[in-house]
Amino acid sequence: MPIDILMPALSPTMEEGTLSKWLKSEGDTISAGDVIAEIETDKATMEVEAVDEGVLGKVLVPEGSEHVKVNTVIAVILGEGEDASALNAASAAAAPPAPAPAPAAAQAPAAPPVQTAPGAAPQAPAPADAEVPDGTPMADLTVREALRDAMAEEMRRDPDVFVMGEEVAEYQGAYKITQGMLDEFGPRRVIDTPITEHGFTGMAVGAAMTGLKPIVEFMTFNFAMQAIDHIINSAAKTLYMSGGQMGCSIVFRGANGAAARVAAQHSQDYAAWYSQIPGLRVVVPWSAADAKGLLKAAIRDPNPVIFLENEILYGHTFPVPQVEDWVVPIGRAKVVRTGDAATIVSFGIGMTYAMKAADALAQDGIQAEVIDLRTIRPMDIDTVVQSVKKTGRVISVEEGWPQSGVGAEIGMRVTELAFDWLDAPPVRVCGKDVPMPYAANLEKLALPNVDEVVAAVKSTLYL
Amino acid sequence: MAQSPKAGTRKSAAKKSDARSRANGPAPLSRDEETEAYRMMLLIRRFEEKAGQMYGMGLIGGFCHLYIGQEAVVTGVQLAMREGDQVITSYRDHGHMLACGMEARGVMAELTGRQGGYSKGKGGSMHMFSAEKAFFGGHGIVGAQVSLGTGLAFANRYRDDGKVSLTYFGDGASNQGQVYESFNMAKLWNLPVVYVIENNKYGMGTSINRSSSTTDLSQRGASFGIPGEQVDGMDVRAVKEAAERAIEHARSGKGPYILEMLTYRYRGHSMSDPAKYRSKEEVQKMRQEHDPIEQVKARLLAEHSVSEDELKGIDKKIREIVADAADFAQIDPEPDVSELWTDVLR
Ligand SMILES: Cc1ncc(C[n+]2csc(CCOP(=O)(O)OP(=O)(O)O)c2C)c(N)n1
Ligand SMILES: [Mg+2]
Repeated sequence: MPIDILMPALSPTMEEGTLSKWLKSEGDTISAGDVIAEIETDKATMEVEAVDEGVLGKVLVPEGSEHVKVNTVIAVILGEGEDASALNAASAAAAPPAPAPAPAAAQAPAAPPVQTAPGAAPQAPAPADAEVPDGTPMADLTVREALRDAMAEEMRRDPDVFVMGEEVAEYQGAYKITQGMLDEFGPRRVIDTPITEHGFTGMAVGAAMTGLKPIVEFMTFNFAMQAIDHIINSAAKTLYMSGGQMGCSIVFRGANGAAARVAAQHSQDYAAWYSQIPGLRVVVPWSAADAKGLLKAAIRDPNPVIFLENEILYGHTFPVPQVEDWVVPIGRAKVVRTGDAATIVSFGIGMTYAMKAADALAQDGIQAEVIDLRTIRPMDIDTVVQSVKKTGRVISVEEGWPQSGVGAEIGMRVTELAFDWLDAPPVRVCGKDVPMPYAANLEKLALPNVDEVVAAVKSTLYL
Repeated sequence: MAQSPKAGTRKSAAKKSDARSRANGPAPLSRDEETEAYRMMLLIRRFEEKAGQMYGMGLIGGFCHLYIGQEAVVTGVQLAMREGDQVITSYRDHGHMLACGMEARGVMAELTGRQGGYSKGKGGSMHMFSAEKAFFGGHGIVGAQVSLGTGLAFANRYRDDGKVSLTYFGDGASNQGQVYESFNMAKLWNLPVVYVIENNKYGMGTSINRSSSTTDLSQRGASFGIPGEQVDGMDVRAVKEAAERAIEHARSGKGPYILEMLTYRYRGHSMSDPAKYRSKEEVQKMRQEHDPIEQVKARLLAEHSVSEDELKGIDKKIREIVADAADFAQIDPEPDVSELWTDVLR
């Protein structure tokens, strides 16, 4: 059978071109790889190489022809033992090949179920919260101790779990989160890395692709900026890009957000950044009980989890249930204080402002409900919406910046899902829209404060 | 028969690697090995030509980086590998996948974005994986696979399972910072990784001389204490011999090893590259004098008394495999629309 040579598309966008020159003539022998013609696209002159071999039987589009559409037959190659009489057969079959077949139902994507924003993935209902049976003994632990206990328990349970990062082993952790772990687990599983965030993050992701379960400690998340390519492009997207074959179970954890007087480069909240990425889970605990239970859940999770801690919270003490295996499910918000006047939604260190503001408001007889999101992605918006349907008001509190922040997301989703229940526009209390200043007075101004939260709640009540 | 293009450039190798005299060129391959090398290189070449043609027909979209000219590199390394050893590379990955034993059908169907592709059509040319064949991608970010591949080696060490990570990257990628972060950790912890630098002399349109302060890439590990050598990457025998040495070094616990493969890509960087940054003569000279497939073919005929007919039989088989893959990749349906939402999380 003679073989058609088609006008090729030579860029992702080319639809037609000029056949500027034939480099072979009728009767010439052609081998695979020979340059047979030159074609001008809108961008460049490109060479056309033969893929098949034989004799150039007939040129159908002469050189100099303009506006030749992609997939037009431009010439015919004759195989061994064929002569020109075969050409009629060829041109009969010379219609351009059928375009890619349309699949069964290539229409609009299946509509996601209600209760999610347009474009959002279908979201499973939030998992049930961890139960604390009556009479469970509680121990007062700092967030720091809770995090260490979570890692140690999971490492005892699963030999594939290890922790790596700068100063995590011999120095016992820059913030002493890994205190005592080198002694218990040894240098094979508690690994001091060089100061090389991009490299060790990629390395940990590679190890996770083989099935190991790394915990990567960033001294602070500010330095994870050097590694963000691997967190997003390598960790978050691989499961999808591999059609579900290869994923990575990995936890990226460390201090996030403002500490105290460390200025712009060391004081940034990344909750909103990571929360935008499909393929990641983003967890931001406030209490020690949640820090422990959520970190254990994060280590067991088969997906990459961003676990944002806070240096100031490390030393805060909370009661932690003393049960055999305290695991708090990812993706469940918690109503921390009930009320009916307004809904304050926060997470991480933002909860300290939210709780104090609720106390202050109670003094004025205003009972605010306070929700700790705990997980930013997937966001348990149902819990927020249920509360808003009761209160008619929503106020978000975070240390991060306002534009495209977590508060912006909460406001939008509540507007989409509970517009008819709102008695006031959603309000957000955020860090100010500036890099963090060093001066003590300016730093204080740049962060949210309790008075701002109180004022925001009152504004929704038109007080 | 073609002479090796860089026969005299192995300055570092002789010093650093254990002494096997290479004065007389690389050790010969057996008839079976040569035949297997011929088969694999021809499969890659024909596959890539077909992919180029299908791209021209609009059946393959986006970026499509062909491996034509570089076939001896993956083929020779593969001959030196053991079952279970891992491979990771860049976006120029079709040849690596075929060499790993992945099916031509599944690779081609991924190129056309169909459900039978290795990633169900969701990854495309640059992002394909096979857990079964220990092929860890297919990575679109230049240099990313170097840290990831070092992580594969980290896992091998952690498990002490004797596997070696074969981590491929380009001359252009060799200027990325994370490459040196990886070199440092790989040597610090003596991880079982072989870094295979495929120096095809260009990163897109920038020749190595315009991008690199030093161009002997085999020495890029010197300040970390990583041995390296330059290898004639157009000669599958030289590749295999060097890869055996490097893999043995890594497997035996001595840590990483660098192989700089001197190679050449005949086609443009991607399908839409008119390749104006180099002369036609340069390309022609490589094709005529150093073509990896022609070298093997000549030896099969002259030294292994394989007949023209036998070779034609192999050619025919390979054309059938490639034609079958191309047909499959066009008939196979696009992924079901429900796939849009799957595989985001486990
Ligand atoms: C981080 C990053 N920067 C730039 C690019 C765009 N890009 C893709 S391939 C390439 C050239 C790489 O050359 P080389 O490493 O020599 O590999 P080769 O293409 O020759 O195989 C560039 C600049 C990219 N994909 N990733
Ligand atoms: Mg290159």
